[in-house]
Amino acid sequence: MRFLAHYLKPFYGWMALGLFIKATGSLIELTLPYILSHILDNVVPGGQISQVLVWGGIMLACALFALIFNVIANRMAARVAKESSRVIRHDLFKKTLSLSSSQIDRITVPSLESRLTTDTYNVHHFVGMMQRLGVRAPLLMIGGLIVTWMLDRTLTLVMMATLPLICLVIGVISAKGIPLYTRVQRSNDNMIRIVREDAQGIRVINALSRTDDERARFETANKALVASEKKAGYTMALSNPLITLLLNIGLVGVIVIGAVLVNRSASQPGRIVAFIQYFTLITNAMLAVTRLFVQYSKGVASARRIEEIINLEPDVSVLPQDEVPASEGIPADGIYFDDVSFSYNGVRDNISHLTFHIPSGKSLGIIGPTGSGKSTVALLLMRFYDPTQGRIFINGRDIRTIPLDELSATFGAVMQNGFIFNDTIEENISFGRDIPHERITACCRTAQADEFIESFPESYARELTFKGTNVSGGQRQRILIARALAGDPSILILDDASSALDYQTDARLRQALAQDYPGTTSVIIAQRVSSVKSCATILVLESGKVIGQGDHETLMRTCPEYAEISHSQMGGDLLD
Amino acid sequence: MTDQKSFESKQKSGRSRIFLRICRYLFRHKGLCIAALLLMLSANGLALVGPKLSGKAIDAINLGTGAVDFDSVTFFCILLGAVYLLSALLSYLLHILMVHLSQKIIFSMRHEIFEHLMKLPVGYFDKHATGDIISRISYDVDTINASLTNDLLQICASLVTIIGSLVVMLTISPVLVSVFLVTVPISILFTRYKVKKIQPFFRKRSGKLGALNGYAEEMLSGQKTIRAYGQENTIVGRFDERNETATNAYYDADYHGAVIGPAVNFITNLSICLIATLGGIFYMLTLTRPETWPLLLCIGLGDVAAFVQYARKFSGPINEFANIMNEVQSATAAAERVFRLLDEGPEPQDCPDAQVLAECSGDVSVDHVNFGYTEEKIVLKDLSLHADPGQTIAIVGPTGAGKSTIINLLMRFYDPQTGKICIDGKNIRRLTRDSMRAAYTMVLQDTWLFCGTVRENIAYAKPGATDEEVENAAKAAKIHEFILSLPQGYQTVLSDDGINISKGQKQLITIARAMLATSPMLILDEATSNVDSKTEQQIQSAMHALMAHRTCFVIAHRLSTVQNADMILVLRDGSILESGTHEQLLASKGFYSSLYLSQFN
Repeated sequence: MRFLAHYLKPFYGWMALGLFIKATGSLIELTLPYILSHILDNVVPGGQISQVLVWGGIMLACALFALIFNVIANRMAARVAKESSRVIRHDLFKKTLSLSSSQIDRITVPSLESRLTTDTYNVHHFVGMMQRLGVRAPLLMIGGLIVTWMLDRTLTLVMMATLPLICLVIGVISAKGIPLYTRVQRSNDNMIRIVREDAQGIRVINALSRTDDERARFETANKALVASEKKAGYTMALSNPLITLLLNIGLVGVIVIGAVLVNRSASQPGRIVAFIQYFTLITNAMLAVTRLFVQYSKGVASARRIEEIINLEPDVSVLPQDEVPASEGIPADGIYFDDVSFSYNGVRDNISHLTFHIPSGKSLGIIGPTGSGKSTVALLLMRFYDPTQGRIFINGRDIRTIPLDELSATFGAVMQNGFIFNDTIEENISFGRDIPHERITACCRTAQADEFIESFPESYARELTFKGTNVSGGQRQRILIARALAGDPSILILDDASSALDYQTDARLRQALAQDYPGTTSVIIAQRVSSVKSCATILVLESGKVIGQGDHETLMRTCPEYAEISHSQMGGDLLD
Repeated sequence: MTDQKSFESKQKSGRSRIFLRICRYLFRHKGLCIAALLLMLSANGLALVGPKLSGKAIDAINLGTGAVDFDSVTFFCILLGAVYLLSALLSYLLHILMVHLSQKIIFSMRHEIFEHLMKLPVGYFDKHATGDIISRISYDVDTINASLTNDLLQICASLVTIIGSLVVMLTISPVLVSVFLVTVPISILFTRYKVKKIQPFFRKRSGKLGALNGYAEEMLSGQKTIRAYGQENTIVGRFDERNETATNAYYDADYHGAVIGPAVNFITNLSICLIATLGGIFYMLTLTRPETWPLLLCIGLGDVAAFVQYARKFSGPINEFANIMNEVQSATAAAERVFRLLDEGPEPQDCPDAQVLAECSGDVSVDHVNFGYTEEKIVLKDLSLHADPGQTIAIVGPTGAGKSTIINLLMRFYDPQTGKICIDGKNIRRLTRDSMRAAYTMVLQDTWLFCGTVRENIAYAKPGATDEEVENAAKAAKIHEFILSLPQGYQTVLSDDGINISKGQKQLITIARAMLATSPMLILDEATSNVDSKTEQQIQSAMHALMAHRTCFVIAHRLSTVQNADMILVLRDGSILESGTHEQLLASKGFYSSLYLSQFN
């Protein structure tokens, strides 16, 4: 709740005003029955039609005011709910984007997605409903209590004797309800995960005729979700009957004690009748509160799930300069890996004792079999993970001390699962950065992408689909390379970035890169010797260890594995 | 003008159709619904008994010291306690029943959606964002559920109260009832008018939330790249635009919806005003001019009071109905989205006389096929090819030539506009899709792994594969060593996108999956594009074993894979430019040979 309170705080003023208007509206509406009884009891027996009309008019005016006030208050409530949930969703999404890869691995994407969607709706709904229903009921209750207190203190105390029990019921059920709804949301994550996976893998599922198994898988998740919702629902179902019962027991108590009091001439039957009427009012108000109850438990469960993400400590933080050991004897220029080891899951080192140096403006090639840790080197350099041992330096600075936005501005990277989103080619290249069109066309020229882009009738304005399914693999890669170049990075990272290009295009690309970006340090990860051949330094990796280091000629002589790869690729590739 | 009208009437009939369709889900559980209604009525009934009994108990409290009839008081109080206990029990039962009923409905709704998703053609998933599909099956279904069961049954139960009060009021004063003849139609007309005006807002709300989900899903999948470029703020900014649109749409619906409840409430208050005023005047006239005042309009003061009470009872449910109108509307809008998905044409049924492709030798022919994803843009033009059993057909060609489209047609993910495709001389349209697709094993460049253990992912192609078979497949695909290095070996769960596994490793896992398949035909679409050439060589013999005795369709840009094919098809702009073996094509000095030679320059 403290979490929600934090987000509602800016709206306290509005909420108070809204509540005030709502309360006024409700009070005005509550006068209607009194005016009515006044008309029937006092005005009509007076026999003056004009008086009846006057009071009828007053009643009408009250009804009109109630209408206006209620509409205004409801709209204000809706506005607060909207604004606060917009901010919550904004913060959540922002946080989600900053999560580290290992945090995302742990929470999983479907769960993040359902927190961004279902959970924020639940909170939205709750905030709105709380304001709409949460005023009238307490107002009626407090009003009723005050009136009954003035009427008869003893009987009021009898009635209030059930209050602690009611509070207990509310406390126990919500204490149970919140974790139950948390579990519902977790089952929901699971259901969403399957739908997501299947929507993405529909081709494979169809091809393997495994739809029946997917149905069964979904059925299980659906059943689990229903089971957890039922469990939560059954628990919440207790609240209304229990509270009503307790209130009614209070009522019976009032009659019994009332009888005793009347018997002692300490009270009158008429007082008991009036008392019971107000009591009904209070009971109805109480019941409205129980309706809020389910929404409350859901809302709190969801708010906690959102809070959990927003409060996650970033596990990649920027260290102050004085917290890292002095970097003596570290090259003041270029990229330097100092005895770096890293493991994703602690079972074995994915990178072990890696040391290398590339001066600024030079290029590094990394080659090695699938799973040898090539991409991991790039991920470590970009600080997606911190090494388990050893340190990484850029221009003599430990990368852990470089502010994250400065660090990311250093790189232009094409990663293995190149991310293309549904927007124009131009947008996909500029990627939110303010990059002039001329710069984009220049980058596309270097990336060998200008020709095919300009062959589209819409040219740079051509819409790409999500994941770029409407361009070929080779075209996709060239768009991604253009994106990497557009920020004019000092370090260019190309991870398997030209694997789908034909030899000719790849060669032209390398040539253009060398020509147009002479000062850029580049890290090229590839499977083709031809892609790294011209690099100043080439690392040959196997199982996370360096088994060869040097330029092409040196490696051909000293590293049999490298020579072998090179020979095996003599045939080369055919085409795009 | 007429267009506008017909559009509106279509909208209206659409709305009521949706409503009826929601109701149909309720009707499926008639027994439960009736039980719920009965419970509701008896709970309401008991609630009426309570005040009566308490009245009796109070009646027994006579004024004066020692005059209270304690026996009666005790008796009625015990009875009262029993009634309240029973009503609490009934109401608990009712709640349980409602939860049960609504979960039954929600379950079958989700079930139907998923069933339908599995029947939809692949093209649907190409066109719709995953996040939007998810939004339909989770948010929209939840929204329907939130209002459906409770509200609909509530309305049904209130109908009884409404009719009962109406009858009583008619017996008291038919003339005063005429007030309702004015106000009730006003209520109904007003509500209908408003609902019609507001419905688009609710529709927009559901749609915008779906779009927001789609965007969130898309961006979450690119989270690493976004971070690598430090573009979090830009993307958050774009998310905010959509977030703003979605919350505004939500607010707009709330804003306009906020009028209905209080307004209908006002109208009923208005009718009570009128009744009090009119009733008062009638009463006075009855008293002052008994001879001229028509008998029909005569009324006593007690009657007016009673009438007002029943009028309140009568209008209570109407108010209630107006108050839940918003929920009903948002449910209708959500239902519309769900139904639109359910109405999406499924993959056409297998034709009635479709045969099961049992034994298949692997003879595939494509005969004068024309195909385009849309009618206007033809991707494949008059394409014909033939593969003998066991042959390997390689398809090469520049980007956009239609290579992957051929695979889509072979697998019957799409049907060609003209021409036919045959397996063993049988038109694939005359075969059941399941059996036809089962004849192929497919390895795609876009690897698909699901959240499950490595073992489950490999065994996916052959349910019930033994551990040994799985391991052998993994060994053949040279991924065994890697799997053993994972924390739990074959039992390691691959999360979402199989993070921490490189694309090449993912491809090897899918190749291991294919190794387990027993189908007579194989499709490899850039299957090893991210596998390094050394590993590719190491799995070569296993790949050869896999491809032997199978008809294979291979799309690749690596020469090594293509060179040994029995036939190479060079595709360009949707038609076959050249075909033949590697040697033949080189000899003919056409497009292929120029491409081939270019790499040596």
